[in-house]
Amino acid sequence: MIWLALIVVTLTLGAALAVLLLDNLLAATAAASVVSLGVAVMFVLLHAPDVAMTEAVVGAGLSGLILALALRRLGLARLDVGTTGGRDDA
Amino acid sequence: MTTTIGLIFFLAAIGLCVIGIGGIVLSRNLFRMVLALAIAEAGANLLLVLAGYRWDAVAPILDPDQMPASMVDPVPQAMVLTAIVIGVGVQALALTLVIRVRQRYGTLDMHLARQRMAAEIDASAGIAPDRSQEQPRGERPLPAPAGGGHD
Amino acid sequence: MMRNVTTLLFLGGLGFMLLVITGTLDFGAPPMRIGTQIQQATPGDVGTANIVTAVVLGYRGLDTLGELSILFAAATAGGLVLGSAAARARPDGGFILRAGADLMFPLLLVAGLYIVMHGHLTPGGGFQGGVILAAAFFLPLLARPRTAPGHRWLMWIEGLSGATFIVIGLLALYRGEAFLTPLLDRGTLGELVSGGTLPLLYLAVGLKVGAELAGLLMRLAQDDEVAS
Repeated sequence: MIWLALIVVTLTLGAALAVLLLDNLLAATAAASVVSLGVAVMFVLLHAPDVAMTEAVVGAGLSGLILALALRRLGLARLDVGTTGGRDDA
Repeated sequence: MTTTIGLIFFLAAIGLCVIGIGGIVLSRNLFRMVLALAIAEAGANLLLVLAGYRWDAVAPILDPDQMPASMVDPVPQAMVLTAIVIGVGVQALALTLVIRVRQRYGTLDMHLARQRMAAEIDASAGIAPDRSQEQPRGERPLPAPAGGGHD
Repeated sequence: MMRNVTTLLFLGGLGFMLLVITGTLDFGAPPMRIGTQIQQATPGDVGTANIVTAVVLGYRGLDTLGELSILFAAATAGGLVLGSAAARARPDGGFILRAGADLMFPLLLVAGLYIVMHGHLTPGGGFQGGVILAAAFFLPLLARPRTAPGHRWLMWIEGLSGATFIVIGLLALYRGEAFLTPLLDRGTLGELVSGGTLPLLYLAVGLKVGAELAGLLMRLAQDDEVAS
């Protein structure tokens, strides 16, 4: 139980750092979904199934979908390069 | 927080809150600010659910056959249920505002958007933009020299 | 540079403050004064097997009404800020997307309705099921963007289910009890028909949240007037 908790916590914190440090915004959105998924697993470990289901559906599912749709509308949903390739948004 | 597993979970929640708030303050891109907001909200909800945990307890669902001995506190879980849904509503609204800023000012960079916003306000107020440090703004005349100069 | 240093100092201080606050909490032995009372009173008062549902809809029903209003305000304001839609639509998705959307639409519909209807027995409820329903109605639009969205249906469903929630709450007021008190017979614990009006409330919540989020997703998926 303690090793499972340690692995999940490390994964979640690593993904949270990756959101801030990645250049590509689409990859950062995927990392934010991974953070929500890790938090949902932690909720299951804490005997809160209702909250875990809500976090998984809303945080990893709906929030990621809304972020990706907004990226597509902004025109930044590119896999090739970070956003510093010729545009002036950092 | 006397055991290791409690310490691990609390460090996770505090770490997520700190990374989220740090991301909001330190990021230059508006979209990354919304992502950091999502992380901070996840951390805060985790902290709330952690406050209701009980050792050797089960989930708060009643079995119709038997009554369990002890259950986890259901009140923070109900609050967090509400908070998660409100969080996604706030993120959706923030994203529509980011889309509007990008439509209006053409950039997602915070400093550039602020400069263009200030330039637009100055232009609509009739003030000429800054060209150098010494030149005064606008068409206001220079004040006349006081007295007769330094006699 | 100075801004980064002060920000890091602030973050360190914030982390330290949170550590101290959580250090004074008894992890694993919370003072559950209200929690134990609710757990003992739920089978008699409310009659649902899921205690979190009893708290969300029964004991703190007004908070759920506030949450519905916040969601409504966010979705409406988002729709207002985004403006009108462009005339051109994207081309259809590839074969995998179309086939997958056709396959998953009935499955998501069944899963969402199941989770909404059994919210008072197992973990689930209106919000989770509503989000799954919203995804179910949005997926065909992703696969075939030229099909008409049907915004008017969504608006009507959203308005009617929100009004149903409030009307059920007002019925309790009409009976002489407080607003949003669960009515009707409690039933036997663990049956589908139990818990009085709570499954109906969750059904209204699920439909409202689903219609709202589907409308918001459809607005977000449309293109701008200017080519982005």
